[in-house]
Amino acid sequence: MKTQPDNFGFGEDEGMLRDAARKFFQDNASVDELHKLVAGDYDPHRESECLWNQDLWRQVVELGWTAACVPERAGGIGMPVVAAVALAEEAGRCAFPSPLLATFMSTFVLDACGTSGADGGLEAIAGGAAITLAVTNRAGSLESSDTDVSVGDDGTLTGTASFAQDARKCDSFVVSANGNGGVGLYLVQADADGVQISPDHIIDLTRDQASVSFDNVQAVEVAAPGSGDAALDAALPAMLSVLSADMVGAGEWLLQTTTEYAQTRVQFDRAIGFFQAVKHPLVNLMIEIDDAKSLAYNAACAVDVGDEESIDLARMAKSRASDMAVFSGSRATQFHGGIGFTWEAYVHIFFKRQMHSQTLLGDARYHRMKLADVLISPAA
Amino acid sequence: MSKASKDTPLQAEFRAHAREWLQNNHPGRPPVQLPQGALELSDPDALEWLQGWQKSAYDAGLIGCDYSTDVGGGGREDCQRIANEEMLAAKTPYLPNIIGLGMGAPTVYFHARDSVKQELLPRLFSGEDIWCQGFSEPGAGSDLANQQTFARRDGDNWVINGHKVWTTLAHFASWMILLCRTDKEDKYNGLSYFVVPIKSKLGDGVTVRPLIKMTGETGFNEVLFDDLVIPDEYRLDEVGAGWKVAMTTLSHERGAGPMVTPNAGGMSMREDSSVSTYSTQSLISMAKTQMRNGKPASDDPLIRDEIVKLHIRRQAFLQNMRRSRVSALTDHPNRIPLQNKLVSSELNQDLPQLAYQIQGHASTLSVADDKAPDGGVWPVAYMNSFGVTIAAGTNEVQRNILGERVLGLPKTK
Repeated sequence: MKTQPDNFGFGEDEGMLRDAARKFFQDNASVDELHKLVAGDYDPHRESECLWNQDLWRQVVELGWTAACVPERAGGIGMPVVAAVALAEEAGRCAFPSPLLATFMSTFVLDACGTSGADGGLEAIAGGAAITLAVTNRAGSLESSDTDVSVGDDGTLTGTASFAQDARKCDSFVVSANGNGGVGLYLVQADADGVQISPDHIIDLTRDQASVSFDNVQAVEVAAPGSGDAALDAALPAMLSVLSADMVGAGEWLLQTTTEYAQTRVQFDRAIGFFQAVKHPLVNLMIEIDDAKSLAYNAACAVDVGDEESIDLARMAKSRASDMAVFSGSRATQFHGGIGFTWEAYVHIFFKRQMHSQTLLGDARYHRMKLADVLISPAA
Repeated sequence: MSKASKDTPLQAEFRAHAREWLQNNHPGRPPVQLPQGALELSDPDALEWLQGWQKSAYDAGLIGCDYSTDVGGGGREDCQRIANEEMLAAKTPYLPNIIGLGMGAPTVYFHARDSVKQELLPRLFSGEDIWCQGFSEPGAGSDLANQQTFARRDGDNWVINGHKVWTTLAHFASWMILLCRTDKEDKYNGLSYFVVPIKSKLGDGVTVRPLIKMTGETGFNEVLFDDLVIPDEYRLDEVGAGWKVAMTTLSHERGAGPMVTPNAGGMSMREDSSVSTYSTQSLISMAKTQMRNGKPASDDPLIRDEIVKLHIRRQAFLQNMRRSRVSALTDHPNRIPLQNKLVSSELNQDLPQLAYQIQGHASTLSVADDKAPDGGVWPVAYMNSFGVTIAAGTNEVQRNILGERVLGLPKTK
């Protein structure tokens, strides 16, 4: 285990970035606006729409936040992963519908590739592009070597990637595909000939998700066949860290909102937060949020110092964050009582985002299973 | 991870002194079996040996470092933390006068008159005087202010009558910090705070009787006061200011007070075993030797999941403590420090709870049975863990404190 700085590498620059992001989202991304934006249609069989504020996203890009972790050699800012963690936490606090997480994750993957093709992708991100990963198969496998896309002899891609996050908000995809020699990674323009995006109907109102099909599509190789799964694995600790941080931010919103409600809602002549049946679970939620937050910072810092155990620390973060995410949605809804059960209240927006996040990149039990193999012994 | 690089020159000099002294003066193995912690001390020989260690550490300047020299302290600034780091790293025995150091010393230091500080603190730091705490009563547990022990003014003296319970170390104590009532009309402002002699007054107004824990071990007591007479100089702060003084005691007990408690330890108390009932590694080692359904318990997927859950919570606790020291990463300064006792005591309960459940039939065996896994320490640790989840403000009270002081929910009081 490598030595980490006591402050998780969270220096003055990272602090200023976090404070700026908090203020920006407070000023521009209120939950009232969010509700108007994404919750206009309650019909469970509504069309799958991609609802987001593109003007706000352009401002985020102009502020340089999507390039925070792009290396300086590719025109980015070259900040550590903890900077992306801080931004993800603030974005999660307002359930910001955007390709921010997707672009961070693509940044980590492209950076792990270490090829000129990948650097081209990083330069695109530095130039304002949004990129998402299209690396999951129909079965939702979490193994980086599993893909339903293949590379032809002519270098074109054919097949379908499933569960691509925020696909309709992105300019390009990083696609994993089976080639001669194993899995490689490829950069594909979203508007390239032969690409078809088939949106999923999802519960989370703050994201979009799609299957992306490729029919002999021209692609830029960013990791050669046989090296793509290793690049995905190498990026996984940073990916888990930023996703966990987003969940921490959303969990904190649920905690604070529910706490405020418990301070004002009166039953039996008292604010309901007086009662320990309400007070104590909110304290338990606070502790779970703090646990997930500290573990996410610890994991990100481990990546930043080059610790080989960062994957274990990141699995701990995602496991704790996933359990917390479920608990935060559950208690927030329950303690809001009848109003918390309605479409009109805002709680369900965060509840659903947490439901979605808890499974992305593997849920709590999956990561504990992986950790058991390391901490205890390989599975019998 | 050493913090040595951030020491001031004075701290660095002190650290070097502490390290060198500990290298040359580590007391070595005790001649008698020691219990897991000072709170369980019952053997006078074990106590005497530990008092010898505490005195030598005090004489070397490793205890009371940050207190002023006129009361027997080291007159240093932010050095107790460094002494603690070095004592823990050197795997020394623990310090026996744990209640005196952790709660008595800061309370006396901030609230007693100078003559009393000068009289009592040097022998507290050296461990020659053992201290105990007289807070809990049969009718004053979580509702601490419901004190019934009464101090009646009699000229320049006070006459004390009442009944204290769960009094750890009272059977060895020379002194007690005492919270009691001086006014029956006002629940909170009717409390006052004293230091009272115990050992020198046994049979002369003070009776100490052992209480037996659910494990069959001794370690704590009930203390009865029957017209105990003490001089007014042993009153801390004003008459009626007892609740305020008690908050000084409690904030230090929760690790949130200004004075750092001298803390040593790390030496394995059991020569024959490296089992720590606070360690997931010990849990895993044990799980590998226990069979379930014909296979090691460590191969059972459900057991594996439970072990890893605990490991993650332990890691999260450590990372929270680390984050609480980075002000830029904490929105509320007490949010994590006030979780400390609650979270650590529940971890230290859930770990041995899982351990004994893993053991199956073998978990039925007591410490007296040679066949008990790891000498039977896991079930005993589980039972003893309730001492911590109940003491020092039950964990239910801890959750109230967090909900009220950090989240701002309506107060129970």
